[in-house]
Amino acid sequence: MGLEAPYVTGYLSEHFAEGDYGTLDGYIARGGYEAAKRALTQLTPTQVVDEVKASGLQGRGGAGFPTGQKWSFMPAGRDKPKYLVCNADESEPGSFKDRLLMERAPHLMLEGILIGAFGTGAEKTFVYVRGEYAESARRVQRAIDQATARGLFGANILGTGFRHDVMLMRGAGAYICGEETGLLESLEGKKGQPRKKPPFPAQYGAFGMPTTVNNVETFCHVPHILRRGAAWFKGIGTDKSPGNTIFGVSGHVARPGLYELPLGTKLDTILFEHAGGVPGGRKVKGVIPGGMSMPILPAGMLDVPMANEFLRERKTMLGTGGIMVMDETTCMVRVGCVISYFFRDESCGQCTQCREGTGWMHKVLNRIERGAGNPDDVDLLLDVAGKMEGTTICAFSDAAAWPIQGLLRHFRADFDAHVKLGRCPFPESFAL
Amino acid sequence: MVSEAAPAAVLPAETRAAIEREIAKYPQRRGALLPALHLVQAERGFISREQARALAEIFEIRPIEVMEVVSFYNMFYDRPQGRHHVYVCTNLPCSLRGARQLLGALESHLGVKPGETTKDGRITLGHEECLGACAYAPMLRVDETYYENLDVEQARQIVDRLA
Repeated sequence: MGLEAPYVTGYLSEHFAEGDYGTLDGYIARGGYEAAKRALTQLTPTQVVDEVKASGLQGRGGAGFPTGQKWSFMPAGRDKPKYLVCNADESEPGSFKDRLLMERAPHLMLEGILIGAFGTGAEKTFVYVRGEYAESARRVQRAIDQATARGLFGANILGTGFRHDVMLMRGAGAYICGEETGLLESLEGKKGQPRKKPPFPAQYGAFGMPTTVNNVETFCHVPHILRRGAAWFKGIGTDKSPGNTIFGVSGHVARPGLYELPLGTKLDTILFEHAGGVPGGRKVKGVIPGGMSMPILPAGMLDVPMANEFLRERKTMLGTGGIMVMDETTCMVRVGCVISYFFRDESCGQCTQCREGTGWMHKVLNRIERGAGNPDDVDLLLDVAGKMEGTTICAFSDAAAWPIQGLLRHFRADFDAHVKLGRCPFPESFAL
Repeated sequence: MVSEAAPAAVLPAETRAAIEREIAKYPQRRGALLPALHLVQAERGFISREQARALAEIFEIRPIEVMEVVSFYNMFYDRPQGRHHVYVCTNLPCSLRGARQLLGALESHLGVKPGETTKDGRITLGHEECLGACAYAPMLRVDETYYENLDVEQARQIVDRLA
């Protein structure tokens, strides 16, 4: 079974409810692969990269790095093979947009890949799909086979002499493989433990070759930018964060689902106008705006535009646009327990601060939730989280610390009440 | 004791051929180790020591290097599993919508705890981290299939249908 089309659609998802959009003929019938044709036959690789640069497109995998700039880091010349990687290892809790894109629009993603390959001079793309996404993998593989049979991949694409091959690889269940160098290790048949940087992947990537890693959604914007131009793209969203994105809304809302909206749409507009607000007449207590790694916002801060330049002012970030809503019954210590369990479970174990810190945080949070917390446990949590930030090989450790720091910044009273009362004061909260 | 069966007997010819086809797709042999582990695991539901040794020979690495990959990834198993995996996602979006109650109900229904296999070898129950079904919670992953927007009764019926 495939995912439902978004409740609100835009240029990415306008055809998602039409079943044949996922097929090669259905995609071509709606203008598919025209942008790639134009790029390959009328533009130079530099012009392609410049157009994406001018659009201001930022990566949609969580870090928000400018895509065109990333492409321009790839060395020129043909002395060694260059690779692209499509990061389809979507595993950020609260995020499920890439699954939708792969199930409904595999050719849109592949067309973005083809354009990116031409721009960067890559000879091969590895699409790394998380192991659990069996349905996504089936649909992407079918799309690769169809497009290759039609001459859109392989040798001498569209008679231009350009060659590019795409292959799919399935992961096997490890959140850390979404980190780009963890992914590269996994692609090489190893444990997905992130690499030290530098060297960055553009110099030393997959199998030691220059490599660019982009997220599924990022690739999906590219054909639209090439088709309608950088100026069109820049006209959507905010000055600093152009374009639409597909927000995933989950938790305590009336209409959980996917919503394609411009960056800069206010969080409260998404929650109340689009997702129908909290059911049962209850109030919102807090909202995680961008996947579990991003710090929570309390009910009083929901009038924020969903773009990094505004979210940063409130000490959080857009991340992957996975919005998780918690109503007034929610115990924020339990939220901390769930979050810390996840990060403890998924830490790759390379760096001490992360391996030990995630375990400590989980242990202390559970002690507080059980009613056995010590008076100094809350400060201990802050101390441990502070020591995990910026001290490790990759950003996982920061991602584990930030949400706990966010909970304590806005909901410290919940934690103190547990310690003081010796029990959880939220009997109606979700169960652990 | 590890048996001394020849590698050929541990991995059937078709599996070896399929592994070689995977290897041919990668710039370096070892790149195909994860696909090879998926192929080998499909035979018996887990990776045995003997199979890991045979893979080590194919990939020209040490057996421990195969096993450390097996143990790193959640979807590879180093011991026998039930005929079906039933996983409940218990990450935050699912927990907010009753995933723990669903897991608890399946524990009582099947008489096993997460990580355990039913006595008849039919089902290994587990809970899993985010499966990308956040808006359709609570949900189950049964082997390679997602079941979403479930209540307890539907979940029981789904597991009862598994042979």
